[in-house]
Amino acid sequence: MSNKKKSTQTKQDQTQVSLPPSGFKVAVREIWRDKIALTAFIVICLILLLTFGGSLFLKKSQVTEINIAEAYYGWGQAGHIFGTDDGGRDIFKLLIMGGRNSILIGLSVTAIDETLGLLIGLIAGYFGGTVDAVIMRIVDFVQILPQFPIIIVLTTVIPNYNAFVLVGLMSMFYWTTTARLFRSFVLSQRGRDYVLASKTSGSSDWKIMFREVLPNITSMLIIDVVLTVAGNIGIETSLSFLGYGLPITTPSLGTLISFANDPANVVARPWLWVPATVLLLLISMNINYVGRALQRAGDARQREN
Amino acid sequence: MWKTVLRRFLIMIPQLIILSMLVFLLAKMMPGDPFTGMINPNSDAREIARLRQAYGLNDPWWVQYCRWVGNMFHGDLGQSYIQHVPVASLIWDRAVNTFWLSLLTVLLTYSIAIPMGISAGRHQDEWQDQAIQIFNYITFAVPGFVFYILGIWLFSFTLGWFPISGSVSANASGFWGVLGSRLYHMILPAILYALITTTTIVQYLRTGIVDNKVEDYVRTARSKGVPENVVFHKHILRNSVLPIVAFLGNTITGLLSGSMIIESVFSYPGMGKLFLDSISQRDYTTLTALILLFGMLTLLGNLISDILLSIVDPRIRVK
Repeated sequence: MSNKKKSTQTKQDQTQVSLPPSGFKVAVREIWRDKIALTAFIVICLILLLTFGGSLFLKKSQVTEINIAEAYYGWGQAGHIFGTDDGGRDIFKLLIMGGRNSILIGLSVTAIDETLGLLIGLIAGYFGGTVDAVIMRIVDFVQILPQFPIIIVLTTVIPNYNAFVLVGLMSMFYWTTTARLFRSFVLSQRGRDYVLASKTSGSSDWKIMFREVLPNITSMLIIDVVLTVAGNIGIETSLSFLGYGLPITTPSLGTLISFANDPANVVARPWLWVPATVLLLLISMNINYVGRALQRAGDARQREN
Repeated sequence: MWKTVLRRFLIMIPQLIILSMLVFLLAKMMPGDPFTGMINPNSDAREIARLRQAYGLNDPWWVQYCRWVGNMFHGDLGQSYIQHVPVASLIWDRAVNTFWLSLLTVLLTYSIAIPMGISAGRHQDEWQDQAIQIFNYITFAVPGFVFYILGIWLFSFTLGWFPISGSVSANASGFWGVLGSRLYHMILPAILYALITTTTIVQYLRTGIVDNKVEDYVRTARSKGVPENVVFHKHILRNSVLPIVAFLGNTITGLLSGSMIIESVFSYPGMGKLFLDSISQRDYTTLTALILLFGMLTLLGNLISDILLSIVDPRIRVK
């Protein structure tokens, strides 16, 4: 038995050259090749550096401190590059902190949702039958809920509402698309020879799921993570824009853009909302571009197979 | 065919029950009850306690739930805390506005998306396709509210082509006057909204055409000597457009969840705006009714989608 295993092991080593590279390597290679995607990636890195690095030098209590005497300074007045808002807060500092918060929320929700979705999708797709049926009914139900209104109501009725609650609320609803995606993929894999072979040789279900099937998903997972991060940043900023995302005391890009909701600000005080709008556009469009470049690469690879 | 529709209806019943329970639970989590709005310094605490007892607010939850569902079947959604009018009439006025905006948006969405999808699919990898792909990437990547803000900033504030808020001018008179004013207020939000919604349909249509182009039946038709134009319109297009029809249900669902943002940006007095106003005024009876309505409309949208899909694609019908 052990001998046999050894021989297959060496065989695998020999064929290593022609095996497709891992999802992560493909991702790096694709980004490197596509010069626009590379630029987009560099821009994302610069934004991360600016928002996360800049936030290290800022104190939340100082940034959000209200000082009416300095309200509504314009571009570059009194040392405020992007002016100040109605409470005399420096827009540039709010922008850096808000950008960091929005990205952080997007990342946290994505981390939870992708883990949850991957796990549930793997289980549903791999086991099939009743397990799959039950899980998919739950997924169906969560998907037909009016998620956006429910989140908004919950943000107002939950006591001690804070950023963590927001992450929890968003994660509660948005794992279903990921679960669906991976379930359908695993469903197509469970009848494949490598799964059956592993099963016949006595591997446990969990081992097959995580050691055999999971590696085949990595490139899909990377694409999904990238696109979901952009999507979640969009959802958080939309909620904050409406006034039901991050608490008012926590800066967010959405809250800054919502200054444009007041007709008095739109034309007369563009410094309030234009910088945040531009930053959000940069974040969203660049992340999505990278995601799409990866997706194209993934599609091309699938076509080759 | 009818079996599929019936089956789909049966699936909807438990979904509807769970949805109503969830909304009821949500309503119970909200502070206040129908008498909170009546409390003022002159009111008698004992009188309010008596009213609460009389209206059954001290009953166990399942009794209250059943009564709530029963009332709903009679069209009684309760009384608004703040406005002191029946919630049903409050919602009705706004629902009409949302309906017109959604209708115009759906019409625009399909009339923009279908030609674009066809052009992209037909001229795959040529300049038309590349231009449409870029457009598609932008509408997909830009968050909706940023798109609307930029739109209202450019077209309403800077260029002054469109109004910045409302649904009908107060001084519009006569049938045509009101209709014109309504359209004038709706056209910018509907166009912006439609552009954001086209993404999926364009992409789906393009992929459908590209995939169908290389199918065997197309090759057969060509080798029989069918003219290229007929091959495209009768064989490829028909098979690619039909699935798009099924997207109608999803589009309706999407429009509902997006109505809040578009109506907020354009201060358009629809259901989404009513929802946001009710939340900031803590008008919980209206909120509960609206969430239930949103949920039911989402269910309906899904139902329509599935039924349309089963009409269009006979393979998924129940045997």
